[in-house]
Amino acid sequence: MASIDLTVFWAGIIGLAVMAYVVMDGFDLGIGILFPSLAVGDERDQAMNSIAPVWDGNETWLVLGGGGLFAAFPLAYGIILPATYPLMIAMLLGLVFRGVAFEFRWRDPRHRPLWDVAFCLGSFVAAFTQGVTLGAILQGIHVEQNAYAGGWLDWLSPFSLLTGIAVVIGYGLLGATWLIWKTEGSSQHHARRVAFWLALATLAALAAVSAATPFLAYDYWRRWFAMPGVLLTAQVPLLVAICAAALIWGLKREFEKLPFLMALALFLLGFVGLGISIYPYVVPRAVTIWDAAAPYSSQAFMLPGALVIIPIILAYTGWAYWVFRGKAGVHGYH
Amino acid sequence: MFDQFDPVVLARAQFAFTVSFHFIFPAFSIGLASYLTVLEALWLKTGRGVYLDLFRYWLKIFAVVFGMGVVSGVVMSYQFGTNWSVFSTKVGPIIGPLMAYEVLTAFFLEAGFLGVMLFGMNKVGRRLHFFATCMVALGTLISATWILSANSWMQTPAGYAINAQGQFVPAGSWLPIIFNPSFPYRLVHTVIAAYLTTAFAVGGVGAWHLLKDRANAGARTMFSMAMWMAALVAPIQILAGDAHGLNTLEHQPIKVLAMEGDYQPSPNGAPLILFGLPNSAEARVDYEVSIPHLGSLILKHAPFAPLPGLVDFPRENWPPVPIVFWSFRIMVALGFAMLGIGLWSLLARFRRKLYDWSWLHRAAILMGPSGFVAVIAGWVTTEVGRQPFTVYGLLRTAESHSPLAAPAVAASLIAFVIVYFFAFGAGIYYLLRLMAKPPGSGEPPPAPIPQRAAGITPAPGVVAPAGAGE
Repeated sequence: MASIDLTVFWAGIIGLAVMAYVVMDGFDLGIGILFPSLAVGDERDQAMNSIAPVWDGNETWLVLGGGGLFAAFPLAYGIILPATYPLMIAMLLGLVFRGVAFEFRWRDPRHRPLWDVAFCLGSFVAAFTQGVTLGAILQGIHVEQNAYAGGWLDWLSPFSLLTGIAVVIGYGLLGATWLIWKTEGSSQHHARRVAFWLALATLAALAAVSAATPFLAYDYWRRWFAMPGVLLTAQVPLLVAICAAALIWGLKREFEKLPFLMALALFLLGFVGLGISIYPYVVPRAVTIWDAAAPYSSQAFMLPGALVIIPIILAYTGWAYWVFRGKAGVHGYH
Repeated sequence: MFDQFDPVVLARAQFAFTVSFHFIFPAFSIGLASYLTVLEALWLKTGRGVYLDLFRYWLKIFAVVFGMGVVSGVVMSYQFGTNWSVFSTKVGPIIGPLMAYEVLTAFFLEAGFLGVMLFGMNKVGRRLHFFATCMVALGTLISATWILSANSWMQTPAGYAINAQGQFVPAGSWLPIIFNPSFPYRLVHTVIAAYLTTAFAVGGVGAWHLLKDRANAGARTMFSMAMWMAALVAPIQILAGDAHGLNTLEHQPIKVLAMEGDYQPSPNGAPLILFGLPNSAEARVDYEVSIPHLGSLILKHAPFAPLPGLVDFPRENWPPVPIVFWSFRIMVALGFAMLGIGLWSLLARFRRKLYDWSWLHRAAILMGPSGFVAVIAGWVTTEVGRQPFTVYGLLRTAESHSPLAAPAVAASLIAFVIVYFFAFGAGIYYLLRLMAKPPGSGEPPPAPIPQRAAGITPAPGVVAPAGAGE
């Protein structure tokens, strides 16, 4: 019994890490995606400054998610990663490029246009491959005898490409609304205009993915629409509608913080929706969290580390965002 | 177009490439973090400005090295799953938690103290800042401990049981897993290697600036400190390496025989083969140059002690002998060259021309990168020597890989090579540029632009008012 509880607990920690990663790295990847639309000079520098203090902390959640999956659910790690092999490699290379571009852009002004291109391309590739990976997991992975049994391009499908585009658009929205909050003047004005169109596109993408998902497999359909569960699951689209309305209203009324918070809320709701679709599977319809779980003693051994360090990380993250709570200027935070 | 390649070979090449590239940076940052601690301690104790200048000089370099270590490390945490999924599934219950602790430690270090160390000197006071520096150094050592424990377990697995799904799981206590038989030796040997690597990098930079300006106080101090390290630690490292070798002979005799090139058994004592071309097909070393009985003297501490040969073991358990044979010789040769520089520096001190002997300085510049080469060569020796197993004696490499497709692995290998040379090549160029600047008095602290945190630390925010004025 204790081991079952621990498995759920670890699933929660990894879910938290993935969620933290998506919302936090989401907006700074989004800024990379929007980069070509920003004017060279002040607009770009402001955008960079607004994420400079926090971006690599955001990215470390990805390591925790990957490392945690390996340690607590080795079977899932051993199935999902080979199934999405080219996506994972492309994502990592994208993140490498983007990470070093971030540093070198400042150190090497002569080649700044080159590093800006690397920053944008790296961000786009990372976001797109994350989205395609999500689609690949949702549509199902071919598992035989506890191992991946498909080819190296199985992940490629219209559905996974749709989720890839959806995530790029969604990250773009997060990035644009973040800029509305964190910048002023022409940057903010520009971000607000872009955010409006991205908001519409995000809602369209969310609707398309949501509409396609229940038809991928019978199980998703039953989870969402069977009585009496539908009374609960119906709250998700309802809340999505409320948040979407608040987002558009906030953009129109030129609120500064509300659009970002509502974009975050949309991502959270999307995440809850994914949870409804997938739980308790970790590889949908093939491997549950209990199938994939490492033995009790492995999960228990890591527990003290996680219980001590994750709260400290959260506290530090919170503090970092608090310290940088103002507007970002051309030369950094005011 | 890549279908004719063996995907497992490509996957191994890819892992070797990414992990070797990664390993360079932590090897440097482990040593630098401790060096920075020493510099700051000396500054606090003596109040001499030259120590603070050196601290700030190397701190800028440390920031870049640490950053590249983090970026290349992210790749590693996914490489296990993409290329070695069967290994990951089977070994995850044991290796996974060790690596999770490594990640958590690194997190903790970044979150807590790195930012204070990099940017907080004027804000938190000297004592607290020194504490942060100590914690960063300690953090790098704790990270090394966990990762080397995981690595050593693959070499000398202990404390495990095998469950119904064929997974390695903890048999009971974690202590025999963490403190597996080769772990203490590997940890000591590797950490000393990191220190020597740093010492020679620092010594090379110091020597470079001494050649240009013998009076530069910073260059004199860093060169002298580095040469003390070379003179004192290189001999210790040779002893530690010897002890590590004896431990390997006990647990992985085939690896040691491959390192030595001992194909045939030596009932009356093995020679030490200095050079030759290992020929595994014929099970002999061509063009062998050797010293009789020295091999047994080193490995058994008795000149006539018998040693087995590789032919006493099944051929399917042999590692690729030439690679292990040569990488081992490169490492040992560099180790003795380091010792030579150390002794030379003692002579120079004795003759009071440590700062004037330009040939010593030229040699030190030449040896500047020697630590990195030696570390990689040693790594190749131990990891290739573990072949053909991933978990020594228990799980074969040929049974560890993912369901791989040659085109995917080959294309990603090429992409890694291009991206790494481009991205980290630029990083190394910036490092060299920092090193080419002579250490001055009144060395400025790291520039707060960009307002970055190497980690999620808010410390740069503390210096933001200064940065905003730039």
